[in-house]
Amino acid sequence: MVSTLTRSERQAAIGVSVLVAICGLAFAALGRHDVLEIHGFLILAFGLLCAFAVINGYYEPEPTDERLASYYDAPIKAGIALSMAWAVFALFIGVWVASLLAWPNLTFDQAWASFGRLRPVHTTGIIFGFGGNALIATSFHVMQRTSRARMPDQFSAWFVLIGFNLFCLLSVTGYLVGVTQSKEYAEAEWYADIWLVIVWVTYFILYVRTIARRKEPHIYVANWYFLAFILVVAILHIVNNIAVPVSLGHAKSYPVWSGVQDAMVQWWYGHNAVAFFLTAGFLGMLYYYLPVRAQRPIFSYRLSILSFWGITFFYMWAGSHHLHYTALPHWVQTLGMTFSVMLLVPSWASAGNALLTLNGAWHRVRDDATLRFMMVAAVFYGLSTFEGSFMAIRPVNSLSHYTDWTVGHVHAGALGWVALITFGSFYTLVPSLWKRERMYSPALVEVHFWLALAGTLVYIFAMWNSGVIQGLMWRTYTEEGTLAYSFIDSLVAMYPYYIARTLGGLLFFVGAIIGSYNIWMTVRAVPLAADRGSDIPDSSAVAVAGE
Amino acid sequence: MDIDHDTLVFFSKSWGLFYLLAFAICVLAYTFWPSNKKRFNKAKKSILDPEDKPWQ
Repeated sequence: MVSTLTRSERQAAIGVSVLVAICGLAFAALGRHDVLEIHGFLILAFGLLCAFAVINGYYEPEPTDERLASYYDAPIKAGIALSMAWAVFALFIGVWVASLLAWPNLTFDQAWASFGRLRPVHTTGIIFGFGGNALIATSFHVMQRTSRARMPDQFSAWFVLIGFNLFCLLSVTGYLVGVTQSKEYAEAEWYADIWLVIVWVTYFILYVRTIARRKEPHIYVANWYFLAFILVVAILHIVNNIAVPVSLGHAKSYPVWSGVQDAMVQWWYGHNAVAFFLTAGFLGMLYYYLPVRAQRPIFSYRLSILSFWGITFFYMWAGSHHLHYTALPHWVQTLGMTFSVMLLVPSWASAGNALLTLNGAWHRVRDDATLRFMMVAAVFYGLSTFEGSFMAIRPVNSLSHYTDWTVGHVHAGALGWVALITFGSFYTLVPSLWKRERMYSPALVEVHFWLALAGTLVYIFAMWNSGVIQGLMWRTYTEEGTLAYSFIDSLVAMYPYYIARTLGGLLFFVGAIIGSYNIWMTVRAVPLAADRGSDIPDSSAVAVAGE
Repeated sequence: MDIDHDTLVFFSKSWGLFYLLAFAICVLAYTFWPSNKKRFNKAKKSILDPEDKPWQ
């Protein structure tokens, strides 16, 4: 890793690491009467570790100019490894929090293991740890390949990747000791937020610099999605996290927004986190890796442009559907509902475009589990966007909101769409990145596929049932006009579904472990001249989808 | 000038609507502009090129 950096980049890396370490020391000193002290020492240790890693390789020979004749792939490889490590960790926590609902004693009487602390560890670990690292890795790959240009330097990419993981680490460890802003998907406190802004702006600049160096005149549509993801997430993150810390020595801060404005800003952020973090970026993956794996161009390039602008402009307005029947003005709720329904058009355009690309190559979908991962991901994308538009309609929302139906919907998107498209992309990317003929074991890809699909289906069917029953029990009245069921009655009715969702999550978790093992073995063990098995795209027939 | 709720609603229902319509027309024109067709066709096929080296 250090050997790929030039001498001046090594100096910059040491400088930045030491600066981070000094900031950590300052936080530890200022926050010595607060939980901030723990994070101060964590940042200090992280900075020193990075500095020592670079110093350790400082006198290795510098890379020659020959490097400029190839793409810079080292940070992509590290990003894939980090992403899979976060997936295994956060899915394990997910199975744990799911078990807590059925068997509450599994907190073992520890404050850090309570549901309220473990749940954000699960969500942050999956969205930012697993999803974020996957997006950073694949975007570095796609931006270089489609621009036909190497990224401008070697240091920025490492700063983005390692800096982002420091943010994830601060978030997750913070929740365990009780540090939280209590904003969904934005729980990390002010110092972690400021650090993420620095990292994210570097990410954006790196992406634009690479695009500016492109040799291919047209910017391929996947880059538009990745750029929208980076730019909009920066805007969302900054606006939602404007807060005033109690003091520089305290982890706690208070947002400048108050009351219903705070709620609106939070859900404008929250829904667009789904839109631009969990959708736009992953659509960038879909529009690159699906055609590459299928060896067929995207069905309609024009449709991909139209859906891009549709998604970008409609999603911005949809957030208020999270606040139906609240103090938010009625017309703002209606606005969010209307845009949510309109969103179905560009969403289905993307899902349909992906499936029509595969039309005529269904035999390959049948034989190749990697392509099947991406095909099923497109189906789940279509299903969950339909479900989302439906649930945003006010009367439907009166039944679904605050129930497990919402949880099921989120997991249809996160497991069925986000995770499956990521695994499909990784199985396409890993052999080509490490110059292997194929994955270590196509059979294990197949096993992973069926475990992931079974886990997702068990999970969402359990939550649909559970959510609808919950919603109905909460709104059933007796003839005397009183509620027919107490909250505890509905909790008892949920019990079998909570066990089922734990089982579904467990299947998905086991699949991710098998996937990590397969990737690990591909990197470590596969001989370069292995037989061309069923796990590679058939490049003999490049078919043109109709337009 | 006093900006109240009705002013904002009027603004979004008139200018907001026209701005979105104008924007949609721009996107549609770009997408279906005849001379862009060749570029789009090239773009969608060029990612399938197996060459894995940056162009110098």
